[in-house]
Amino acid sequence: MQTVADLKKGDKAIIKDVSDSSIPIKLLEMGCLPGNEIEIIQLAPFLGPMYININGSHLAIRKETAKLILIEIPKL
Amino acid sequence: MSKQIKVALIGNPNTGKTSIFNSLTGLNQKIANYPGVTVDKKEGICKLDRGVKAHIYDLPGTYSLNASSMDENIVVELLLNKNNKDFPDLAIIVSDVENLKRNLVLFTQVKDLKIPTILAVNMSDRMKYKGIELDIPILEKSLDTKIILTTNRSSDWTDKLKNIISNYTELSSTNFMNLDIIDSNYFQNLQKTFPNQELYKLWVVICQDANFTNIDKKFLESKNFETKTLSELKRLQQKETIKRYQLINNILRTGQKIDQSKAVGFGASLDKLLTHKVFGYFIFFLILLGIFQVIYEWATVPMDFIDASFAQMAEWVKINLPNGAMTNLLADGIITGIGGIVIFIPQIAFLFMFISILEESGYMSRVVFLMDKIMQKFGLSGKSVVPLISGVACAIPAIMATRNIESWKERLITILVTPFMTCAARLPVYLIIVALVIPDETIFGFNYQAIALMSLYIIGFLAAVGSAYILNSVLNIRSRSVLVMEMPNYKIPLIKDVLYTIVEKTKTFIVEAGKIILAISVILWFLATNGIGDRFDNPQDYVTQDIELISENDLQSEIASIKLENSFIGNIGKTIEPIFKPLGYDWKIGIGLITSFAAREVFVGTLAVIYNVESYNDSEEKRLELKKIMLRETDANGNKIFTLASGISLLLFYAFAMQCMSTLAIVRTETNSWKWPALQFIIMTLIAYIVSLIAYQILS
Repeated sequence: MQTVADLKKGDKAIIKDVSDSSIPIKLLEMGCLPGNEIEIIQLAPFLGPMYININGSHLAIRKETAKLILIEIPKL
Repeated sequence: MSKQIKVALIGNPNTGKTSIFNSLTGLNQKIANYPGVTVDKKEGICKLDRGVKAHIYDLPGTYSLNASSMDENIVVELLLNKNNKDFPDLAIIVSDVENLKRNLVLFTQVKDLKIPTILAVNMSDRMKYKGIELDIPILEKSLDTKIILTTNRSSDWTDKLKNIISNYTELSSTNFMNLDIIDSNYFQNLQKTFPNQELYKLWVVICQDANFTNIDKKFLESKNFETKTLSELKRLQQKETIKRYQLINNILRTGQKIDQSKAVGFGASLDKLLTHKVFGYFIFFLILLGIFQVIYEWATVPMDFIDASFAQMAEWVKINLPNGAMTNLLADGIITGIGGIVIFIPQIAFLFMFISILEESGYMSRVVFLMDKIMQKFGLSGKSVVPLISGVACAIPAIMATRNIESWKERLITILVTPFMTCAARLPVYLIIVALVIPDETIFGFNYQAIALMSLYIIGFLAAVGSAYILNSVLNIRSRSVLVMEMPNYKIPLIKDVLYTIVEKTKTFIVEAGKIILAISVILWFLATNGIGDRFDNPQDYVTQDIELISENDLQSEIASIKLENSFIGNIGKTIEPIFKPLGYDWKIGIGLITSFAAREVFVGTLAVIYNVESYNDSEEKRLELKKIMLRETDANGNKIFTLASGISLLLFYAFAMQCMSTLAIVRTETNSWKWPALQFIIMTLIAYIVSLIAYQILS
């Protein structure tokens, strides 16, 4: 299963599952929920945080958190 | 008697909540979501019809009632505790029209606490640019609330909002969501066990890490209520959030229309540059350089002016008031003491101006994004960057700026290492000692003195990150470190907002630091002007030089010097001299060090008192005079006191030592314990002592 951490700059995907209990509730409350589209805007160097856009919410999250968010890449 | 209505202003960060506050109260204060600005509950009064007054509380921005940082705790604490004297009669939820869906999550949570709630949809002037249409009557009905469209551009809406506030008893206080839809068994049980409590309130308490005043975890456990494991609770919370979004989506499907084609995003290209792997850092570096340049170059003009004014004022008092202890206390103790505080206003004001601009524009979040990984290597968070930068001006506001760091461990480490950064108060000390012991010559076109000064800044920074690294491995605190940060849209900062930040922050600094500096100045003055024994009472009898041969001025100097040596402070200095001897300092420097434990900047003033430069002020002329006297100083064997060895040793002592009572006081408040400021004080002073000892012993 792919996660947000696998995505590259400019990639888009659909969030599948966020049930890992280490995902902060705050992230879900900010819109990171199954079915929503996620877009990678920018990656910080040295495996730093990811700058993402979920349904108009622009957020920065760390790689460790990104690894817990399961995604599905829509076929073109 | 006039009635008072208490109103809590709640909303996500970046929704322009503070502007609503300003429009209602006329008092302008601010809260921004981002690093650098201390967040606290702010209060203002709004006059309604018929002599009714509304007390408006501007609460820190929060995304939900699941608090994850100290600012957010403030909000939850107020809303949960009905016995709190500030418990609101109603809440206004401020939301951003462009992010209505996300903002409504918080709205529904507050509503579930059964607090009467008004929804203010802010930045409504942007609706037409973004292609957003709202059906207010439908939304009001389905959300069971009053809705008001607000904007920061005009204040036509204020009367309407005031009217709704006046009639707040008509507002619905029914909850939004039935918690049974999450897990009917669990929530029915919960309600049965605590029939007198509101269900959602119980649930919020169960989900929080922190305990809140009137019902806490212990109380819940005492009733033998079935407890869930942490991950079970998490699952329920996730379910809750999903349910909330489902309900909100259903409502917005009928109440909101968005024409996607009109939604244009600018700022995307700016982001490409500002968060770029190479240019992003380069731009950040340039901005920092610019800020330092301004703080040191521009601030010197008003600083010199303030200094001269206070010296003149002290002089004026001495000339125009009758001679006596009170006049001396006023002139040398109080006026000089206040001057020592006021002198920092320009630098602090400039610093806050820049931080406020970086913040308001949305740039600060980009810096956090860029620096997070690097800072993590040292046990810090990306959000620690802001306190560390602010620390170059003053550790006090810097430490207050750590409040939005979610992880307690990262926050604590940031608080503990920030005082290593070279603050403005060290500068006067550095300047005089560097001028004294470092030759004014150049090597490859670089001035030795400039290199020395810059090295001191670098040493401070290295000490901060180095000790963070050590603390990270030593401190045994389990605290999960996460970063979930909104990257707000770029905005041009409002001049008004920036100005208010400057005024408010500067005022806080003056009051907080001022109290301590003032107290110390008065104590120091007392100890230096009082003493016991004949040598203090009749110093003229102990002048060693031939009275006939020296001038009246020199005689007075000599007498003052003997008096000081035998004053209380002189005796203290002599007693502690053995401690400082190995570092190359005599008793006079020792006193300077002791007094600067209150505040570093006191050092120069103390030396001026000790070497009795008459009416010392920071002017070029007086500085030269002090320098000359200091250069002449010798010990009993005729050896110079200020040599390269003792000078470097002294510089290093100031670089590392924790010499600022105000900072310790702030650390005490922010960590809520004496343990951390005590440890910080002991360890920093030890490091300072050892490093200076080694430096002196090697160099001499």
